[in-house]
Amino acid sequence: MSDYAIRVQNLGKQYKIGMAPNRYRTLSDALVNLFRPAGRAAQRGYIWALKEVTFEVRRGQVMGIIGRNGAGKSTLLKILSRVTEPTEGEAEIRGRVGSLLEVGTGFHPELTGRENIYLNGAILGMKRSEIARKFDEIVAFAEVEQFIDTPVKRYSSGMYLRLAFAVAAHLEPEILVVDEVLAVGDAEFQRKCLGKMSDVAQQGRTVLFVSHNMSAILRLTEETLVLDHGRLAYRAPTPQAVDYYLAAGFSQEGMRLWRAEDIPAEAVPFRPIALRVCDGQGRVVDSLRSVEPITVEVEYQLDAPITGLRVGIYLLTMRGEYVFTSFDTDDPALFERFSVRQAGHYLSRAVIPANLLNEGRYLLAVNASAFRVKRYFQDEQALAFTVDGTGAPGKHWPEPRLGPLRPALDWKIEKTA
Amino acid sequence: MSAVLTSMPPSISPSPPALLIRPTRGLAALNLRDLWLYRELIYFMTWRDLLVRYKQTVLGVSWAVLQPVLQMVVFDLLFNRMAGLSAEGFPYPIFNFTALLPWNMFAHALNVASRSLVSNRNMLTKIYFPRVIIPLSSIIASVVDFLIGSVVLVGLMIYYHLQPTAHYRIEITPALLWLPAFFLLAFISTLGVSLWLSALNVVYRDVGHVIPFLTQIWLFITPVVYSSREISASWRVIYALNPMVGVVDGFRWAILGTQAPDGSVWVSVMAAVAVLLSGMVYFRRMERTFADEI
Repeated sequence: MSDYAIRVQNLGKQYKIGMAPNRYRTLSDALVNLFRPAGRAAQRGYIWALKEVTFEVRRGQVMGIIGRNGAGKSTLLKILSRVTEPTEGEAEIRGRVGSLLEVGTGFHPELTGRENIYLNGAILGMKRSEIARKFDEIVAFAEVEQFIDTPVKRYSSGMYLRLAFAVAAHLEPEILVVDEVLAVGDAEFQRKCLGKMSDVAQQGRTVLFVSHNMSAILRLTEETLVLDHGRLAYRAPTPQAVDYYLAAGFSQEGMRLWRAEDIPAEAVPFRPIALRVCDGQGRVVDSLRSVEPITVEVEYQLDAPITGLRVGIYLLTMRGEYVFTSFDTDDPALFERFSVRQAGHYLSRAVIPANLLNEGRYLLAVNASAFRVKRYFQDEQALAFTVDGTGAPGKHWPEPRLGPLRPALDWKIEKTA
Repeated sequence: MSAVLTSMPPSISPSPPALLIRPTRGLAALNLRDLWLYRELIYFMTWRDLLVRYKQTVLGVSWAVLQPVLQMVVFDLLFNRMAGLSAEGFPYPIFNFTALLPWNMFAHALNVASRSLVSNRNMLTKIYFPRVIIPLSSIIASVVDFLIGSVVLVGLMIYYHLQPTAHYRIEITPALLWLPAFFLLAFISTLGVSLWLSALNVVYRDVGHVIPFLTQIWLFITPVVYSSREISASWRVIYALNPMVGVVDGFRWAILGTQAPDGSVWVSVMAAVAVLLSGMVYFRRMERTFADEI
């Protein structure tokens, strides 16, 4: 017998194209449509914002949901919180669903803090007795004691948000839904939301957490769903899911080629051609050994001379942390020699020394710019590659090493007494 | 934050009941059960509507009394003294006021309820609750105004009852027992029309422009400023298709003791029920996509 909080089966939601919020139809549109050939309306087309999504969330589990914009994350949350109905499939929910999205929903500026607490509580599904019981706590939490009988239109925005959050935070839902993508408020407020979320999780409640912030997802969730174009693309323990999400769409060949349509107009006259990573034997590969030097190669064309150009790379971990930044003219002598780079075909090549990187997957970004003059080209996610740690320092202990680097340091052990 | 949370009991029930979310079809889910679960929200929304309506007004709730009284004075001047409309032998003010009470409830609720879904858009797109609560609570707020306004009616009745030289008699008759029934008819009509208009307004904002017209015309096809006896017998059935005709005739009969409503009142009743049922079906059908369309 499975003890689940949410069970979703074949869930799908279809939208009419052009049915964006605030774009309401008018009666005259409808009348005009009446007199059009019947097939016409169907041509407007539909899109599936969510399609054939199936998963379960155990009770007490903290589940992350990631995906690009338009992947269907918010639609999924809206269906689960019953704001909108699915077109097909079904979802089973056990317990009260609360969302930190609802902060301040139904607040009326003319009403006092006290009145709004009761109203908002009722809207969130609390019983009057429940609100009365928690009233003092809510007021204390929001720190608005002196203003509790003042209309909230006279509140500062900070007070307003605190009060709204206080009510939502006291809902005690069995299932908490957090859509960080849509969360409003300043950093402090968002931090509070995340804090509340991990508290809720520690109390053994179920949490669904939607975010674009990979480090938050990694910190707070155990398992993550990756949505892509409305479909469930991947489900795995969070670290794998995040790697999958970040790596999705990257080539697996150790080489990135830019097509004409990938290059923005402002790059002219810089024209990137390729980025490659090569192993010790000079082969272009996706997986490299940490004990061998890694050669990184940027190939590009200049259609006109550029003064002060520097072409460089950023190395990042898959979590988005920078490991280092390096440019081809970091050496002042080279910068002097190439102060004006003439038109032509170029190859900028650098070697990442052996025994520097830890095992794992890394991301290369490319930048071509003239310092404080112009950025010609930048690709934040140009190429991903894997570093294999076989033979790396300390490999005789089968443990993962922390940090993106695994340098072979020159240790000496001296017996001093 | 920690202070608050530590005081929260980890109150997780062993196995909360499952809720099934799936595409609903047909009338299967008019969802009266949810409406019952959320009954407190109806109360709070009504309370909010009333509070907000009279906040930052000098006269406050007195407006609920003043409005119909001023209307009555104007109608008396225009339609009685200038146009010379008859009042079936009763003093025009009280004759008019017995109709104004249910009429204002109807017209005002229509006005507010039809816009209610759109003006509460941010609630609709963020959380679940039975959508019907929003128009319903605007209607109930109008009922409260109705109740406050009836104080004036009682005053008028006492005043005219005490007139020594009257050629009419204002007295409490057994017909008054029928008043709740006619009130119910008024409520059903209001709810039915409001359900239609509020749901339509989500999709077609034209409704907002039509409402002022609609209430104005509706006022004149309802015997508020005149007596329904002016309508010739051959038109009565068609006339009574307007449920407010039955309501006003009923109110006048129950309160003033005018001629008892004839069979055409059943036409009004059936029309009101038909509007309510179709309104519920339409509202329910549209409810599924409110959040997407609004």
